Amino acid sequence: MNKLRERELRRIANRVRVGIIEGVYAAGCGHPGGSLSIADIMTYLYFEKMRVDPENPGMPDRDRFVLSKGHTAPCLYSVLAERGFFPREELKTLRRIDSRLQGHPDMKGVPGVDMSTGSLGLGISAACGMALSGKIDGKDYRVYAMLGDGESEEGQVWEAAMFAAHYKLDHLCAILDWNGLQIDGPVVEVMNPTPLDEKFRAFGWHVIPIDAHDFSAIEAAFAEAEATKGQPTLILAKSIKGKGVSYMENECEWHGKAPGEELYHKAIADLAAIAEAIEKEV
Amino acid sequence: MSTNLWKFPTDVEPSKKATRESYGAALAELGESYDFVVLDADLAAATKTGVFKKKYPDRFFDCGIAEGNMMAVAAGIAATGKNVFASSFAMFAAGRAFEQVRNAIGYPHLNVKIGATHAGITVGEDGATHQCLEDIALMRTIPGMTVLCPADATEAFACVKAALEHYGPVYMRFGRFAVPDYSAYLQDYRFEIGRGVVYREGSDATIVATGYMVHLAIEAAKILEGEGISAAVVDLHTIKPIDRELLVRMAEQTGAIVTAEEHNVIGGLGAAVCETLAETCPVPVLRVGTEDTFGRSGKVPPLLELYGLTAGHIAEQVRRAIAMKK
Repeated sequence: MNKLRERELRRIANRVRVGIIEGVYAAGCGHPGGSLSIADIMTYLYFEKMRVDPENPGMPDRDRFVLSKGHTAPCLYSVLAERGFFPREELKTLRRIDSRLQGHPDMKGVPGVDMSTGSLGLGISAACGMALSGKIDGKDYRVYAMLGDGESEEGQVWEAAMFAAHYKLDHLCAILDWNGLQIDGPVVEVMNPTPLDEKFRAFGWHVIPIDAHDFSAIEAAFAEAEATKGQPTLILAKSIKGKGVSYMENECEWHGKAPGEELYHKAIADLAAIAEAIEKEV
Repeated sequence: MSTNLWKFPTDVEPSKKATRESYGAALAELGESYDFVVLDADLAAATKTGVFKKKYPDRFFDCGIAEGNMMAVAAGIAATGKNVFASSFAMFAAGRAFEQVRNAIGYPHLNVKIGATHAGITVGEDGATHQCLEDIALMRTIPGMTVLCPADATEAFACVKAALEHYGPVYMRFGRFAVPDYSAYLQDYRFEIGRGVVYREGSDATIVATGYMVHLAIEAAKILEGEGISAAVVDLHTIKPIDRELLVRMAEQTGAIVTAEEHNVIGGLGAAVCETLAETCPVPVLRVGTEDTFGRSGKVPPLLELYGLTAGHIAEQVRRAIAMKK
C-alpha cells in the first residue's frame, strides 16, 4: 500500500475512534471496546474498498455491509458520518430518545445502514441472504459482514457458515473481530470457540488470518477475498479491544460502558497524541 | 360491510383439500407472473413448496434444518428488494425462529412472507412437539406483522396472492389436514387482508372462526338452526390487522360471540376478539380452542373430539353465550 494513503487511512481511523468516544461519552453508555477494535477495518472498507455513495445510500448495486456484532454501532455510525452519510455532529445524539442513532443499528432510520442488527448471529445470516440475492440476479456487488468473537458462540453463525459455503457465496466476505474478550471475560474462558480458523475451513470457507490494525495486511486480505472463487472468505482479524485508548486496551470492563468526564478527556488526549504522532512522521 | 353471503348448495358435498396444498399450488402458479424466491428448511415435500421447486428449481433454495438462519437469510434477500417466501412447520417458523422473525424481519419491517404449515392439533400423530398452538399469539405481538389464517383451499390460494401483493411481513398459517372447500361456493369471493368473510348473517349470536374451525362453525350454525337459533358465521382469515368494524357490527347485531380456533385460547383469535370488543362493544365472548394445554398423538378426528374442537362444542358454547346475554 502506498505510504501516503496508508497514513491517510490511519488519520481517518483515528477520527473514527474520536467519533466513537464522543458518541459513547454523550450517551453515557454504549460499547466502546469492540467499536475501537474494528475501527481500522471499518475505515478501510468505507474509504477504500466498498462501492458506496453517501449521496445515494440506497444505490441498488452498492456493496453491502452488515454489522453482525451490532452493539458496536458507535463505530459504524462514526465511519458513516466520516464518509459523509450524515453530519458528524449527530454522533453526539447516540442512544438519545430523539435520535435516529439507536443503540443497535436500525436500517430504517439511518442512511448507509444496510441491515438492522444487534441480536447476535442474525447479521451473518442476513448477509448470506443479500449475497444469495445478488447471485440470483447476476449482480457483482459484494457483501461484507462483521462478526464478533464471542458471537461465534451463537449456533446460528454456524448455520450461516454452512449455508454460505453450500451456495458458494464467494462475493460474501465475513470479518471476525478476534479481540479475545467478551462481557464475562476472555472468550476462551467463557466458552472457547477456538480454533476458529480450522472450524471455518472445515465449514468450507477460505480463511485469512491478519493483524486487524495493519492496513497493508487489511488491503491484502480483502484483495485475496475478492480473488477467491467458489467459496466465502473469513478474515480472522486479531485485534486489540479498546485500541487507541490506553486504559481501555485489552480491558474487559470497557466492553459496554462509557467513560466519565475525566476518562473521556484522557481518551481524547490519547487519540490526539496518536494524531500528532501521525503528522510528525517523516 | 361484507357482502359475501352463504350460497352453499346443500345437496353438494364440498371437495376436501388441505390449505398447505394451496400454498404450494399458489406459489407454482404465481411464479409464472411474479418474481420471487422460495426458501424451505428440509420440509418441501410436506409444506408443498416442493411443487414450486419442481417448476422453478433456480428460484428455490433449501436452507436445511436451520430455521433461524433461514428467517434471517429471508430478511437479507428482502433487504435487497427481492420478494421471498420462507417456509417451515408453524412450530419452527413461529416457535423456533421467533426471535429471528421478530428482530430480522419484523423490526426492519422487511417484505418477507412466511408460509407456516402443519399448524394446530390436526398435525395428528406426530404429537405435541409438532402441534403448534401458540403461533398466532406469537406472531400477532410483532409490530407490523400481518397474520393470516385461511379456512380452506380456495381461501388459502387467494391468501398467498394477497400476501405477495402486500408490502411488509406476513405470517400465513396453513394446515396439514384436508378441509371442505366452502369458499369455492361463495359467490363473488374476494380475499381482502383485514376484511372478514360473513358466511351467513344471524341475529342471536355470531361464531367467529378462523382456519380449520370455519367449516365446523358452519356445521354448528346448521345444528343451531334446527333448534331455532340464528347464528351468524364469520370467517376471520386475518387475525391481524383485525376487522374491528365487522366485529363491532356483529356484536351489536347479535349481542353474543363465540370464537373458534385450532390454537390455544390464550393469545389467539379468541383473545384478539376479546381485546377488540372489550374496547368497543363489550358483549359475552366464549372461546373455543385448546384450553391452555399441549396436544398429543392420535388420529385427527378423535383428537378434535378430545380437545373440544367440534361443531357440537361450538354449538354448545353458542347456547351458553346466548344465555349470558342480559
